[in-house]
Amino acid sequence: MSTIETGSKSTKSDAKPVDYSTIDFSELEAMSADEVVTHSFVRDIPLTGGKVLALVTLDNGRDHTRPNTLGPVTLLELGRVYDELTARAARGEIHAVATTGKPFILAAGADLSKVSDIPSQAAAKKLAQLGHFVLGKQADFGVPSFVFINGLALGGGVEIGLNADYRTVDASVPAFALPEVFLGLIPGWGGAYLLPNLIGIENALKVVIENPLKQNRMLKAKDVLELGIADAMFSSINFLEDSIRWADQVVSGTIKVKRPNEPGKLERLAKWDIAIGIARKSLESKIGTVPKSPYKALELLAGAKRATKAEGFAAEDEALAELIAGDQFQASIYAFNLVQKRAKRPAGAPDKKIARPVTKVGVIGAGLMASQFALLFLRRLQVPVVITDIDQARVDKGLDYIRGEIATLLSKGRIVRDEANRLNALLTGTTNRADFADCDWVIEAVFEELGVKQEVFGDIENYVSPEAVLATNTSSLSVEQIGAKLKNPERLVGFHFFNPVAVMPLIEVVKTPATNDETLSTAMVTAAKLKKNAVITRDTPGFVVNRILAKVLGEAMHAVDTGTSFETVDAAVKPFGLPMTPFVLLELVGLKVGAHVLDTHHSAFPDRFFDSRSLHELADLGRIYEKDGKGNIKGVDKAALKIVASHSKGNEKPQTAAELQVRIEDGLADEVKRMLDDGVVSAAEDIDLCLVLGAGYPFHMGGLTPYLDRSGASQRVFGGTFHTPPIAGVV
Amino acid sequence: MAEGNDVVFVDGVRTPFGRAGEKGIYWNTRSDDLIVKAMKGLLERNPQVPGDRIDDVAIAATTQTGDQGLTLGRTAALLAGLPQSVPGYAIDRMCAGAMTSVTTTSGAIAFGAYDLAIAGGVEHMGRHPMGFGADPNPRFLSERIVSADALNMGNTAERIHDRFPALTKERSDHFAMRSQQKTAEAYANGKIQPDLIPVAINSPQGWGLATEDQGMRPETTMESLATLRTPFRPHGRVTAGNASPLTDGATVSLMASAAAAKELGLSPKMKLVSFAFAGVEPEIMGIGPVPATEKALKKAGMSIDQIGLFELNEAFAIQVLSLLDHFGIDDDDPRVNQWGGAIAIGHPLAASGVRLMLQLAAQFKEHPEVRYGMTAMCIGLGQGGSVIWENPAWNGKKWESGALGKASKQLSKDRAAESRAAK
Repeated sequence: MSTIETGSKSTKSDAKPVDYSTIDFSELEAMSADEVVTHSFVRDIPLTGGKVLALVTLDNGRDHTRPNTLGPVTLLELGRVYDELTARAARGEIHAVATTGKPFILAAGADLSKVSDIPSQAAAKKLAQLGHFVLGKQADFGVPSFVFINGLALGGGVEIGLNADYRTVDASVPAFALPEVFLGLIPGWGGAYLLPNLIGIENALKVVIENPLKQNRMLKAKDVLELGIADAMFSSINFLEDSIRWADQVVSGTIKVKRPNEPGKLERLAKWDIAIGIARKSLESKIGTVPKSPYKALELLAGAKRATKAEGFAAEDEALAELIAGDQFQASIYAFNLVQKRAKRPAGAPDKKIARPVTKVGVIGAGLMASQFALLFLRRLQVPVVITDIDQARVDKGLDYIRGEIATLLSKGRIVRDEANRLNALLTGTTNRADFADCDWVIEAVFEELGVKQEVFGDIENYVSPEAVLATNTSSLSVEQIGAKLKNPERLVGFHFFNPVAVMPLIEVVKTPATNDETLSTAMVTAAKLKKNAVITRDTPGFVVNRILAKVLGEAMHAVDTGTSFETVDAAVKPFGLPMTPFVLLELVGLKVGAHVLDTHHSAFPDRFFDSRSLHELADLGRIYEKDGKGNIKGVDKAALKIVASHSKGNEKPQTAAELQVRIEDGLADEVKRMLDDGVVSAAEDIDLCLVLGAGYPFHMGGLTPYLDRSGASQRVFGGTFHTPPIAGVV
Repeated sequence: MAEGNDVVFVDGVRTPFGRAGEKGIYWNTRSDDLIVKAMKGLLERNPQVPGDRIDDVAIAATTQTGDQGLTLGRTAALLAGLPQSVPGYAIDRMCAGAMTSVTTTSGAIAFGAYDLAIAGGVEHMGRHPMGFGADPNPRFLSERIVSADALNMGNTAERIHDRFPALTKERSDHFAMRSQQKTAEAYANGKIQPDLIPVAINSPQGWGLATEDQGMRPETTMESLATLRTPFRPHGRVTAGNASPLTDGATVSLMASAAAAKELGLSPKMKLVSFAFAGVEPEIMGIGPVPATEKALKKAGMSIDQIGLFELNEAFAIQVLSLLDHFGIDDDDPRVNQWGGAIAIGHPLAASGVRLMLQLAAQFKEHPEVRYGMTAMCIGLGQGGSVIWENPAWNGKKWESGALGKASKQLSKDRAAESRAAK
């Protein structure tokens, strides 16, 4: 690498250090009347040589299902406790201070309910400052400070430790992370400054930026030790006892702590800016420049190279205040809550108790999709799974694929030999549909054609019990019509997976007018057992995800079909911050599939959805983009350009990026409004949940509807907003 | 083929003992965690012992339900991180649980079936009050197999006073006071602490660390003891002061064949000579150690005069006195419970046996002139257990030659003179 652009932002921050003790935090306390307070308890622990360690326990008095969180009242109490200990240390009564958590939990970080309720940017800044003020006191006890990371530590929970002199970690800690960037924030209670100065810039980039953007990946205790965040790791059997003994040895000087990852001069001179530059390029190519928090984090990490601690903390205060008060964080918290809470209690789901037991599963079809279903049902339900197809050769191919996947799981150590044997024994294949007789769940993944699906289910009905659930994975047909010829259409339900089946967390459970509650409940419970999040939708074209994607893709194809350049289309959707451009998405799902989806929606809603003749031809061509040997896009393929140009009448006016952006936003607002008016799902929240889980729509958009509200599209299209008040930042 | 082996007590540790109940340090600590922490401490103290060489884990508890249930030896082994290949089982002989863990695994070692075994016990009397949830067979009472009194340990202690009128309340109180004083002195001299494994304790005030026994009352005087209620009988003799308190705690030991100890470079602290258990009338269970000791001595071909150190469990002062009196040993004989006993330290039923052993082991080291020592205890429902140990550090001298022995002999002479003078 010869030249690296580190960017003008990777210089020292100009935020001015502040004397936190002069700040009045009563405003924050006033807004926290309902805070679940994590109290700070102190007990003295005898060390050798007559010394004393003051052990602070953080405990909110609830069990592990309500982790310790750090709201304003909590922090102020901890601050008072730390002040008392500082005084005791000055009097020579104590010789070390350690902080730890209640069983299984250190702290899950800032109290997010308080953070998202913040009334103003000024208050947000105070919240940042309060964290620095209190956690930072650990540096000024006058005696060594320790944090014993005894359990879950997230965000501010991690930063408690970073502000201490030394850290130990329990070998069984299941989750340790700075997830702020995942939520549209930055580690702003010292994390962004202290971490790179503790473990080096490359490691810090991984923890602060990379991991949060990998579906919020968490560290295990071993990683915490290896990265150099913790100085020692002890077994959970006697973690506190060993940590106290270790602290005793540090205090007495018999243990000298070494930190090999601590950045030296060389790293600061040579490595730091380069690492930041590489990270920036990687971010830009992976997620674009719309999401703010990763870039804020990058700036802070860059600045941490030279800033003093006070300067670093002041820069975090500024950054955190700006982000907390911004639109993206509010949307992120909204989306986070959808995924964490709403997804677990799906709207409109009937009582779980009426779900029928699923003790054997039949899969019709032995192609790739069907085989993926079979594998998933096998692994998650651990019941017999039988697959069928029109001839033995196809069945055998499916069986081979599934057994191969089981063997792969075994070889990777994901399952043990006994489990592999169990799964293989549960799997059978047949060409005789009579073998489905005792299945109580039958799912089809046959050719996407109404007549075929009707025939298949009609025939299966001859063998299975009248209550056996029939599930269709159709993405484009009417579920109701698929069941039109059934004797018992009330047991038919749509069960729409997303590709790749093993990875994508969403299932759209489609309810027809005939579907009964027992069937719907069975579908919802089965989806949960498959570890998928299910959203109930009405039986309308495209359900949720495909209808929204069809809208965007249709507009994109229409734009290029009418003379707008591919680059302009990309530029038009860039402000959304979607995971990929429409054309990259089309290539990913397959151009044929894409063309089919557009056709389906066009025929259902001809005046709102475009089909695209050229997309069919592009599908025949097999590509839109020209790629290099590594699969990187070099540009739009010349033949593709020719195809698109051939469909242009030549007299259309190309759209500007701004025009197209508004057109797509408004089109989406209109479509979502129609879907809600039509009762496709219960609420806008379900649309957003589907898009986050099924299409990877980003948290900072809140899925979709918070973005449509804040961009003005909702107002322009229907004179209102999807959310009241709109999910937006504060000033 | 299995072959006979010498059995050695390699090492032993325990948790600090806590008072049972809500005010106890372990009220929020699980019973199995106590034994697991003790086991981990023992293994860490003996790093040259490969986990997979442990042939069995025997852990005792009297009330084997809840966090003391589920085959403690096995669950504790798994929780302590021993290899899955190490088996384990649970033992119950009421108060002599840990003692039985030691003798039972010793039997297997002597037979040659085991090289190494972990033996211990735990009792969380706060969470598992003695006899709680028990369902005694009605025939016990209908056929008078035992009297109702036999199920209440305090009543059985009163019965010893009945049987031996010379063993007065004053003698019991005196013995109890001395126990408190001796334990306080032992603590002050750092005798007890080396074998304690500190335990992190959760409390409403946050985490703390238990580093010493909770129930000690060094301020105890004859006057304060005289004022205590006699809860088992009006105008009785047994009080909370001359009995052991209800206690939570765990103890554990590493037992080995002499050959295995040698192979692994371990330095055994004691060598097993003999052991015995014996039954007596359940109504007077406290005298159980007398026939047990006679039996153990007989099996070893020894006499009581050869024993230079005694660790006798002080379930009740009267129960120790009855043994001493039987063998003509003075109440204040310095060979007996040098560092006090269960009255001061506590008696977590099934854990106590190994506490006696680790204290005897520590005393052996200080007294190379003593060749033999004894640990003994009474057992609920009319039993006693006694184990005789040999000091590997014995220097070939007679126990009478040491300071303890001389003091003991002098005391006997003085007492004989006193009693002549009284006549």
